[in-house]
Amino acid sequence: MVPFAGWEMPVQYEGVIPEHKAVRSDAGVFDVSHMGELEIEGPTARDLLQTTLSNDVDKLEPGDAQYTLVTNESGGIVDDVILYRLDAHRYLIVANASNTSAVYEWLKERELRGSDVRDVSEDYALLAVQGPRALERLGLDHAKAFTWSMGDLDGVEVMVNRTGYTGEEGVELACMADEAGQVWDAVLGRGIVPAGLGARDTLRLEVCYPLHGNDIGPDWDAISSALGWACALDTEFTGVERLRAIKADGPTQKLVPFAMTEKAIPRQGMTVVGGGEVTSGTMSPMREIGIGLAYVPAASAKPGTELVIDVRGKERRGVVEKKPLYKKEKEQ
Amino acid sequence: MAASESYPDELLYHAEHDWARIDGDEAVLGVTWFAQDALGELVHYEAPDVGSTVSKDASYGEVESVKAVSDLISPLSGEVLEVNQKVVDAPETVNEDPYGDGWLIRIRMSSAAERDQLLSAADYRKVLEDA
Repeated sequence: MVPFAGWEMPVQYEGVIPEHKAVRSDAGVFDVSHMGELEIEGPTARDLLQTTLSNDVDKLEPGDAQYTLVTNESGGIVDDVILYRLDAHRYLIVANASNTSAVYEWLKERELRGSDVRDVSEDYALLAVQGPRALERLGLDHAKAFTWSMGDLDGVEVMVNRTGYTGEEGVELACMADEAGQVWDAVLGRGIVPAGLGARDTLRLEVCYPLHGNDIGPDWDAISSALGWACALDTEFTGVERLRAIKADGPTQKLVPFAMTEKAIPRQGMTVVGGGEVTSGTMSPMREIGIGLAYVPAASAKPGTELVIDVRGKERRGVVEKKPLYKKEKEQ
Repeated sequence: MAASESYPDELLYHAEHDWARIDGDEAVLGVTWFAQDALGELVHYEAPDVGSTVSKDASYGEVESVKAVSDLISPLSGEVLEVNQKVVDAPETVNEDPYGDGWLIRIRMSSAAERDQLLSAADYRKVLEDA
């Protein structure tokens, strides 16, 4: 267990690699109750969210969810969050644990007449059940990614979100905090393997989901961070002018996925020779080579470009790849 | 399969969780059960070059798990005669058999006296208990 943002968090149960492989081949469960939940309610909730979040809120019907960014004036990322539309005038934001209070303050300061922002993090627990057999084991029907519905697990009411951070099909189950133990036991009772933060990190990196605080943050604009796809530049939100300008001029640096072609494991903070920095790195349990994300000069950002990483004084070669860094082999 | 905890009596130990098996003026070096268990499954072994020299108490290479990097501290000084290619190719061998197939390097010792500064299995166990 390690302390993280005021929580005691399991890094691993059986081991990062077996947990990682269980999620890729079957199903695993992560206790992600540390993540924050904010409710935004009222007739102007939509207006508040459309002007503070990068993606287009109007694309959401009740029952939908969306990956979106809380951006600052320079287009930097205060947090990356999932926005759920609960009903006509009520939304839920799931934010990163260490940013929840920052996002809460950010929205609270911008609150409109007719919108109310509440931090309900203490009320909810969140369990992510991920993997190709996750839904089958939970007895849930397949549903489109980025949707949610109410469901029940052994008699406990849960919000079933078709979202995740592993690149696998799966759900994130939100329940009342005092029922979390019951839901956890119900999930394990279905033969789903407990997985820790270590595997969560290797899984997300194989599919190139950025981690706020490592790969993205307030000092990196969303375009350079390769999150332009989550920015509806035809809507008006904080920092949009800056992002439009960066998009028009082209960013000077870009966050790119890469894989090592020599034996070495890239790590956060290592220098990319010729300019740039590794922001996340690990050994890919599926590919069994070093992989990572790095900011590199835009001229070196194209897939296929060779890059050299300074691995504690030794130069080791890698290559810029397309995302994702790991892709399941097509089923026959 | 991970090995179960053991510290063979016939080996000498360094408090940085390394062992040495001395045979004449040569020694085979590796990391202890405690070290591999603390690191978790090893996924990379950065080995020294054959012919390079290693110094007692200094790093001669690195092993990495998914989450962590650890220096390999040499319990003895000398010249590297051989690197265990099996561990380069399959680092998890160290987890499976830390005192056998999971050895790391073989050296020619440059100072016979250094062995007297190493710990017995019983003394090394005390280091672990006091840690």
